[in-house]
Order: sequence, then structure tokens, then C-alpha cells
Amino acid sequence: MRWTGRHLLGLEGTTREELLTILDTAAKFREILDRPVKKVPTLRGVTIANLFFEASTRTRMSFELAEKRLSADTLNFSASTSSVKKGETLRDTAQNIEAMMVDMVVIRHSCPGAPHFLSQHLDASIINAGDGAHEHPTQALLDIFTMRERLGDLDGKRVTIVGDILHSRVAKSDIYGLRALGADVTLCGPSTFMPAEVERLGVTVTADIEEATSDADVVNILRIQRERQEGGFLPSLREYTALFGIDAARVARMKPDVVIMHPGPINRGVELAPDVADSERSVILDQVTNGVAVRMAILYLISRVRAAERAEELELLEVEL
Amino acid sequence: MRKLLIKGGRLIDPDTRTDEHLDLLIVDGVVAERAPELTPDDDTRVIEAAGAIVTPGLVDMHVHLREPGREDEETIESGSRAAAHGGVTAVAAMPNTEPAIDTASWVEFVRNRESQIMVYPIAAITKDRAGETLTEMAELAAAGAVAFSDDGSPVVNPSIMRRALEYSTMVGLPIISHCEELGLSGRGVMHEGLASTMAGLRPIPAAAEEIAVARDIILAKMTGANLHIAHVSTEGSVELVRRAKDDGIAVTCETCPHYFTLTDDDVRSYDTHLKVNPPLRSASDLAAIKVGLADGTIDAISSDHAPHSLEEKQVEFDAAPPGMTGLETLLPLTLTQLVQPGTITLERAVELMSTDPASILRIPHGSLAVGAPADVTVFDPDWAWEITEDWFVSKSKNSPFTGRKVRGRVTHTVSRGEVVFEETDLNEGDARDEGEREPDVLSVHV
Repeated sequence: MRWTGRHLLGLEGTTREELLTILDTAAKFREILDRPVKKVPTLRGVTIANLFFEASTRTRMSFELAEKRLSADTLNFSASTSSVKKGETLRDTAQNIEAMMVDMVVIRHSCPGAPHFLSQHLDASIINAGDGAHEHPTQALLDIFTMRERLGDLDGKRVTIVGDILHSRVAKSDIYGLRALGADVTLCGPSTFMPAEVERLGVTVTADIEEATSDADVVNILRIQRERQEGGFLPSLREYTALFGIDAARVARMKPDVVIMHPGPINRGVELAPDVADSERSVILDQVTNGVAVRMAILYLISRVRAAERAEELELLEVEL
Repeated sequence: MRKLLIKGGRLIDPDTRTDEHLDLLIVDGVVAERAPELTPDDDTRVIEAAGAIVTPGLVDMHVHLREPGREDEETIESGSRAAAHGGVTAVAAMPNTEPAIDTASWVEFVRNRESQIMVYPIAAITKDRAGETLTEMAELAAAGAVAFSDDGSPVVNPSIMRRALEYSTMVGLPIISHCEELGLSGRGVMHEGLASTMAGLRPIPAAAEEIAVARDIILAKMTGANLHIAHVSTEGSVELVRRAKDDGIAVTCETCPHYFTLTDDDVRSYDTHLKVNPPLRSASDLAAIKVGLADGTIDAISSDHAPHSLEEKQVEFDAAPPGMTGLETLLPLTLTQLVQPGTITLERAVELMSTDPASILRIPHGSLAVGAPADVTVFDPDWAWEITEDWFVSKSKNSPFTGRKVRGRVTHTVSRGEVVFEETDLNEGDARDEGEREPDVLSVHV
């Protein structure tokens, strides 16, 4: 076992060993989810606050369920980010929550770096549930877990991520995790959706969907926000679909056992055709199930680090006494 | 007669092309005599400057003193003490206060506030800095404004900028331009590049600055006005100014210590003290800034001293206001980042921080010629120390340089013959740095 982090702020810099620790731990929790009684007492007495400053359905539900399966006590806080600017500061909100003796904070925020900010001001462990266009580490972990279920070791496997890379926190966490595990990553999408110098992260960039997908083992399709036309990023969703939409005809030209993924929620008929989303190659619902297991693993590993810290403090205290 | 003798120092004064060990005698606020060995009278105060450098008082042509409006962050008085602490004896105060400095009475207000050093008001280009109507430049100049600027925001409408430049030629004062194409910078908060991609923060491309620099240079050529470009931060801007100067266009420019000390990669820490406008740029921009400083393309180093309260900075990066304090760290950073690695000479550093900004603003500073007003900075170039938060005297502490090790420290600041700052903490144990220093990998030797 190799996990020493007291926070999960992102996957940047995470090693292969650390990732495998998380994934192996998640595999054990995944088994629990198939049992008739899907609950373990692992985090009894641990309090976790879920701070969602941005709308989220599946990530919030997935974390809540993971916490409940581990028998933790949970607090839920939802607010729109705009109210943060008007009223109480993030620091005050967080400190108030910490005053309630919370052990871990799961945070979703539209501002990149908000989890880092909290980690500097709170003693609680911080888990990033998505911060702006920065990272979404648990999503990448569940993506990778799901890929490994289908493909085994990812070393040398080809993963293509299609869509709006510029605004995507998922793509970045996927890139860091996949690169650490030795996978080849290709990004495909309109040139307006490619962030500056992204190829320096060790990925291949192309706007040619056929080239990007023909020998891919995994095609991970990102959601296209409908309002992107307004920023001048896209002339129309219609043209996006024509150039980059994944439909049955395009899938037919991919490897026969290609794995189709999507972090959800899907814009059916825009980035992904409904028949492909519902096809055998799609593992989209497996991703959702695995998300709970992966989040259980993270919560568990971080709680162990905290328990070890406490034990060390106690030991020191005893020495002093 | 009030007499002050600065004794035993190395006097560097580019204005009189001096670099030698000379004693400096000041009588009634004016440089009276310079000679290798001067003997003090009984009523002469003596500053022992053996081992120190003696230069004309530093001139910081770009500061925000926040008064009127945000006296909680800085006042003219507190800012002037910070200046004295940093060896700065003249500042040009930007008019983006609340309200903006756009009338003669506000210009007089700024001039007449109590201060330790000389404070020169810069007046707004347009009323309320709204970019629509020109201010009464002739009256503002008569009241004591030394330049015009809407700094903090650009003059968006090129036609208004054209008229402002044309009109300024009648008044004879420079227009200082904050170059930013807002359509490109948008809601961006950091430089566009690999670091913004990794941080996920909304990017500002270098082009947002460079397009505006190009526009204003073209307008300066067209109007014949004196244009000064504030806080140049990119390689492309340096190149545009270099070409404009080659073409004989009346353009000058400044940069700030953070643009030759920090890069966009540092911003990945999400430290809001690193949020500044223009944003910290790439390593190649930083290298180009150093070349521009060395080859004369860049005329001045200013601090863009921008005090902000801790409360305003202790927020998400997106929500924090841009700006960092800088008056007190101007000299040590210039010495540590530019002079010690050999990028520029000490004499060039004095030109950049005193002689040349004084000349751009046409203010009586930047010279230690006999008969000149006695503004003097004395510093120990070998004093190695660490910047700490409680060392700052500015009302605001939003400096990204806290915790940084630097070499060179101001020991005395003299404004109009008066000692306005004197280092009392001459910690002799605070080791003079005799040993090896970390090599500056980004330093450019020209």
C-alpha cells in the first residue's frame, strides 16, 4: 500500500504506485457493492462535509453514497458560486463548517484552485470534486478503473479524448492519470477547444476524428456545453456533430472492441449518438457504479492517513507525559 | 544652515557620469559639494557610508496610493513612508482612486497631502477614467500633474486615444498607456500558456497586451505625442517598442520587478498575491524583458505598487483583485535579479530606477550634480537578508516576495536634504553574503 496524501486535490504528480493503490483498494470496495448488505463500518465516527458550490447531480450523489456505504456522518451544503462573491467568503464558510469538527471536506467549485485554497486554511482533508477547468480527480479515477476492468493493464493502450478539452477538468485529470499508467493519450476536438500548449503534457493533438479513433482502445467523449456557440468557440452544434460526433458509422470504423465512455450528462445526438450510448461498447453506466467504489477508496485511504497522524500525535503525547 | 555629509560611499550618478568614491555634502536640501575627502563641521550630521552605494533618490513612476477612496489599504502618507523605506524619493501616483484624479482640485489634494517624499500626481486621461471625454489637461498640468493615464483600464476607443495624444502635445506631458485589448483579455486571470492550461485558470494571451501596444505606437507616430507604455510584460511588446524607437517614434516604456522575477508557472500555486495585471508571463517573456532592460529598449523600472487588503486577497484566485505591493522591494529585487547575475550594471540600474524615469516625467530628480535637490539613496549592496511580512511598512502586505532571500538593502533615504529613512536594525550578524549564490538560470548576459 502506498498512499500518504492527506488531501486529494488533483492527479497531477500522482505516481503509478499511488494510482494502483487507489485502484486496488477501489476493487475491494467494488465487491462490497455487489453484496446484499452494501455497507461497512470503516468510517464510523468520521464526519464528512460535501460542499457543492456548483450544480452537480451524479458526483454529489456518488460521494454521498460512498460516504454512507462507509458509515460516515455527512453534511451537505449547496450554494451557487455567485452567492459566494456577494456574501460570506469561502474561507468563512469553510471555517464555520470546520468548527463543527468535520474531518473531511468534499468540494465542488467553479473557481480553479478553490480546493487548494481550502487545504491551506483548514485542518480537514480536502477532496476535490471538480474545480473549474482545473481537475476532477475522482472522475478520472473512475474512468481509469473502468478502463482497467475492460482492458487490464493500461500500459501502451491508446485512449482518445474527444470534445471540449479547453473547459474540461476531466480531460486534465484523465491525462495525468493515464500518462502515469503508461497509456498513450490523444486529444481530438475543434482547434478552438484546445488549451494552450497542451501537447506539452505528453499527449497527441489532432482535429481529425478518424485518425484519432481508428486504432483507439478507448474513446472518452466529453460533454459539449450548448452555450459554447456564444463564446465564438463553435459556429453551431450541427457542425460540431458533423465533425466530431460519435455515431454508429464512426464506431464501425473503430477497433471492434473499442470501449466508449462519457462522464455524463450526455447531450444525446450532439457529441454522442443515442444508439452508441446504449450499445454494448458503452460502459457509461459501469462508470457510474465504479464511481462509488473509487470514492469509497479515496475516503478510506485519506482517513487512514489521518488516523496514522492521530496515532503519531498520541504517541508523542505519551512520550512527553 | 542644515548640513548633512554622506561619507565614504561609492557615488554612482549617471547624470554626471560619476562612479567613484566621493563624499557628498548637502546644505539646506541641495547638493553642495562632492569630493574624495570632506571634513564635517561640528554642526554637520554625518552618515557613514563606507562599503555602501550612494545614488540619486529612486523615482518610482507607477504607484497606487489608494487615496482618496481606499485609505484602509494605503494613504499618501503611508505610501510615502513605504517609499522612503524602499529608497524611493519620488513617486508618480496613478489617478485610479475613488473618485479618480480628474480635476485640478484633486491634483492639488494629492500634491498637498502630508508625505515623507515627493509625490507627483498623474491625472486621468478621460473624465472619471470612463474613456469618453478628455480631462482638462492644461488646467491639470498647471495644477501640477506630471502625466496623464487611465491606468487600471485602457482607453478603449482608439479615436479618444488619438485625441488624447494630440491634445497632450499642447500641454507637453506624456500619456501613460495601460495597454490591454479587453476583447482578448476578457475575464482572464493569468497568462495563456502551459501553466494556465494546467491550472485551469482563464487565460489572457500575450496578444491582448501587444495589440494595444502596437495600436498606441501607431497613434503616437501619427500624432507626434510622447507616449509612455506602462508595465511592459511580454517579449512581443519589447520588440514593438524596440522597433518604434528605431523608427524615431517618441515612445518610452517601463517594466516592473515581478516581470523579471516571477513567471506564470509560479501562479500554479493559486497564490492570489501573484495575481497582477498584466499577468506574470512565460520564462521566454522574462528573458526578453531582461534583454530590453539591458539594451535600452526599456527605460524605467517601476513597482506598480498596488496595495490590497488581506481580506480582499484571501479569496478564490478568480475573485481576488489584481496587484501587489512593490515600493519597498523595487531596489533589492533589481539588485538581486539583474545586477548580481550581471544582466545590467549598477549604473544602468540607477538609470532605470532614477535618472530615466525622472527625465520621462521631467521632474527635478535623478541627479546628484552640485546644485541639484538633495534626494539620495544609500544602500548596502552585499547585505543578504530575507524579506519578512513584518518588515514592510506599507499598510498592505500583499507581496509575493515575502519569504524571499535577496541581497542589497537600503540603509538611508534622503529627501530634499532630510533623512526620511534610516535603517536602525544594522544587524551585523545578519551575514553579509560572502559565499556562493544559486546561479540565476534565466539571467541574460548582454
